[in-house]
Amino acid sequence: MTQASGLPGLALLPSALAVVLIVLSRRRPAVRETWSILAAIAQTATVAAMIPSALSGTALVWSPLTLAEGVPLVLRADALGVFFATVASALWVLTTVYSIGYTRALREHAQTRYFAAFALSLFATVGLALAGNFVTFFGFFEILTVATYPLVIHKETEEAARAGRVYLAYTLTAGAALLGAVAWIHALAGRTDFEPGGILAGQGATPAVLWGLFILCLLGCGVKAAIVPLHTWLPMAMIAPTPVSALLHAVAVVKAGVFGLVRVAGFIFGPQLLREIGAAEALAALALATILLGSLAALVQDNLKRLLAFSTVSQLSYIVLGVALGGPDAFAGGVLHIASHGLLKITLFFCAGALYVATGVERISQMDGIGRRMPLTMAAFATAAFLLAGLPPGLAFASKWRLLRGAVEAHAWLAVATLAASTVLNIAYFAPIVARAFRGGGGAPMREAPLPMLAPLLITAAAGLVLGVDPDAGARLWSLARAVAASVGGAR
Amino acid sequence: MNYPYWVAVGLLMLGLYTMIAHRNLLKKAVGMTIFQTAIILFFLLLAVKRDASLPIVSGADVDPARFMNPLPHALMLTAIVVMVATSGVALAILIRLYARYGSLEEDVIAERVASDEADPA
Amino acid sequence: MRAHLPILPVLLPLVGALLQPLVGLASRHAAWPLAVATAAATAAAGIAGLLDVLARGTRRYSVGGWAPPWGIEVVLDPLSAFTVCVIAVVATLTLLAGGPSARATYEGEEPTYYSLTLLLVAGLLGMVVSGDLFNVFVFLEVASISSYALVASGGGPALAAAFRYVVLGTIGASFYLLGVGCLYALTGTLNMADLAARLPAATGSPLFGGGIVFMVVGLAVKMGLFPLHGWLPDAYTRAPAPVAAVMAPVATKAAAYVLARVLLYVIRPEGLPVGTTLAWVGAAAIVAGGALAATQVDARRLLAYSSVSQMGYIALGLGLGVQDALVGAYLHILAHALMKAALFVALAAAVLDGRGPTLRALRLGSRMPITGACAVVAALSMIGVPPAAGFFSKWYLLQGALAAGQPILAGAILGGSLLAVVYMYRFTEAVWFGEPRAAGGPPEAPMPLLVGLVALAVASVAVGLGNAALVSNVLGPAAAGVGR
Repeated sequence: MTQASGLPGLALLPSALAVVLIVLSRRRPAVRETWSILAAIAQTATVAAMIPSALSGTALVWSPLTLAEGVPLVLRADALGVFFATVASALWVLTTVYSIGYTRALREHAQTRYFAAFALSLFATVGLALAGNFVTFFGFFEILTVATYPLVIHKETEEAARAGRVYLAYTLTAGAALLGAVAWIHALAGRTDFEPGGILAGQGATPAVLWGLFILCLLGCGVKAAIVPLHTWLPMAMIAPTPVSALLHAVAVVKAGVFGLVRVAGFIFGPQLLREIGAAEALAALALATILLGSLAALVQDNLKRLLAFSTVSQLSYIVLGVALGGPDAFAGGVLHIASHGLLKITLFFCAGALYVATGVERISQMDGIGRRMPLTMAAFATAAFLLAGLPPGLAFASKWRLLRGAVEAHAWLAVATLAASTVLNIAYFAPIVARAFRGGGGAPMREAPLPMLAPLLITAAAGLVLGVDPDAGARLWSLARAVAASVGGAR
Repeated sequence: MNYPYWVAVGLLMLGLYTMIAHRNLLKKAVGMTIFQTAIILFFLLLAVKRDASLPIVSGADVDPARFMNPLPHALMLTAIVVMVATSGVALAILIRLYARYGSLEEDVIAERVASDEADPA
Repeated sequence: MRAHLPILPVLLPLVGALLQPLVGLASRHAAWPLAVATAAATAAAGIAGLLDVLARGTRRYSVGGWAPPWGIEVVLDPLSAFTVCVIAVVATLTLLAGGPSARATYEGEEPTYYSLTLLLVAGLLGMVVSGDLFNVFVFLEVASISSYALVASGGGPALAAAFRYVVLGTIGASFYLLGVGCLYALTGTLNMADLAARLPAATGSPLFGGGIVFMVVGLAVKMGLFPLHGWLPDAYTRAPAPVAAVMAPVATKAAAYVLARVLLYVIRPEGLPVGTTLAWVGAAAIVAGGALAATQVDARRLLAYSSVSQMGYIALGLGLGVQDALVGAYLHILAHALMKAALFVALAAAVLDGRGPTLRALRLGSRMPITGACAVVAALSMIGVPPAAGFFSKWYLLQGALAAGQPILAGAILGGSLLAVVYMYRFTEAVWFGEPRAAGGPPEAPMPLLVGLVALAVASVAVGLGNAALVSNVLGPAAAGVGR
């Protein structure tokens, strides 16, 4: 059920305005930062306001103009869209506060460009989250690529430039593949609407055509979703400042990729069709490979952010796996993991940034005894790390548990085994860090990162715990996830 | 009895060949003129009729079949003007080229241009 | 006045061109404002013509009162009125933006320069509005000769490039004329509407095929369609910056328009593989032009090969012939004119500042942020990032290729986007990164250049966002009836 409303469009407004206002106030840092925070809060509030209607099954729809003949620009605030938009926006608030602390502490250059690009990226993220059809999604997806580029190359070093080039090469090529898919779908079905259960079934498309479409979609979204072997850009992009890595590469960009895959699987193809042509199995296989390879790569990393990047590669495929397995538990678990991973991974990145700012440490081998100097930060790190590995009562446990149940239900024993192995691997690469941090005698004075950086990471770590106990607290994320799974109808 | 058309085609080929194959720019310009003239000839040949007289009419009683078709001639007047104008521009460019580079040979000029760029005076 | 709307877009720049030397006698500095005013008036006439056509339908105008098909006819229908607007508006903006650059290049010779430029515009617009095949040739040559002289005005290497342009351009125009001759021999008429009526009866003759080949080849040369594009890279590279800015966006577009008009509306060859050949040649142009552009070191040459690639898109759309493909081709005429103009103007700004033209020597961004930002917008449009116009023309072309059952051509369109990513990235990187230069001189481009540039960049996005209105009101009707 849908209902026309201006609210989805209103959700885009704060970030769009913020970009302009930030550029205009480039000579007054305090004003500039205020705009960022206000916009983030406004966006979160607007998106959250749409949760009740999404839960009740009525999606608010805003369709102000026609993009091209026969292709309207549609924003539809359904359960999945609101879910992602809420998570991204809420984390934007925290990341903005954190960014302010970070850029001030390091006296970063080009702060106007930084905050403006951030706002534009969030504009694009909310846009693609709420997109009601594939063309609208594609538009915001590409804008996201362009908006995040200045953030990736922020440091303007040779290494940053190279990372930026690789980033663009991968994402824009993926964009071309995705455009091919979107155009093809439009040619086939006459429209590209996201409809629960898919729009491709019954269009008279042969399995070969469907596979071609599937591969294009996989390439298109898979780069951002860091599916092996399309993940190479992500570790390289860790050269960006930590808040950038935190939000964009743990939440917005990579989540946009996975989100795209969820839309493709659930709302363009539909779980039934995917299974019929065997694509669901292929997707699951890729997801399993990524989960394992990502975790294994993380084991050998010494640079903390690179380890977190490979961990992200691995964790993202939990979501892909959930979508590929398809049952109500698996699907809902996968969707919920968007929030679990986002919240907990951002905590880890916040901690990494705090460590860097306070002590200059970037490598795990340098982290001996750092827990004495920064106990709060490392406590948050430890909490988030173990919760992310799947320990109860964390939020990640909630999503992983559902995934496991879904895998068992589907008799996907390989998936069960991989999930278990992955949990072990997670602990294997996080535990040494925590152990190192708290090793050694006392003596170093306690010197945490500045408050604007410390507060957000404590909040997110706590949230990971609280939401783990009750995943429906606050934004009712669990109900939203379940609503998505139900609407898609992935029952076997 | 189509030999006039073959002449036109022959001139066309000659002009085209000269424009493309010769190294000397002035010869290219000459080839261009031959080429355009061949096309003009082709059009004029379209106007010819058997036993037709010149299309100068006096009096109202006119049988068009007795006169040559004047339209292609009129069109070709314009084409000739165009040809002259184009030749004018081409030759003006050649004068400047010669003054600047001292040669009208394509490869010599290309060489001098390249050495100018590699080593701006 | 309304009755004369069809001929105004040709008359105004013609009169303006003739006035320039007179005005120049009085004051050298009045040349630029007069030229911009003339162009603006032409653009206004063009827009009025388009609105008139949309309201009242196709308008035919007999020059001198001589009735067609013996008299020469000027026709404004949705497609020609649209193309007139594109050329006139973009020419106005580039003349405005090119003013400071022209003053620096010509220093006192400006009246001659503006006279030639207005003649070029008059020629191009004459090509577009003509309803008579030979008249098209006349205006084609007016435009061509003006452009030969304009390119040659660069002196030095430009002279060699201009001579090559003269030779190759003449071959093209003459082939077109030969094709006209063949069709005239078949039907005895030169009027487009009359020809369209009479041709179907004459399709058996070998002159028909011959005429088509000559015309298409001739127009392909003028359009810069690979592999007949040989004149283009040198001409665009060596021409002075203001000349390139005015010429590059619009000169090839008029030839593309004539190709569309002649092939789709007049000749409409059934049973001959003209469309298919054109589409595949277009695809080859997209890929070849893009690949060549990606390897260039000189920014102007990069943009020139990019134009070769982009004209391939238009040829592809025209060749496919289905409704969506034609709409995409027509929209791309507008989109490419806007973005190429913006890029050349940004380059002109760099040259004014003493930088360039090799990529390594550009670096504008941090010193001229607005100029750099506009260049980025144009680059994104070139790559095809929504909501810029470049994305939407590709979208329609893709739909057309898929509708015509040509997945390989669709792949070529996407491949072209990827190549555009490569060369536009190199261009944009050169604008924003590159080696820093000591600061000195003004922090932004001169105001007229900036105004024109910003207008072009904004238009790129505005056309993108508003393309649905454009398509349903102008381009769709223009393509209807001829689109399969």
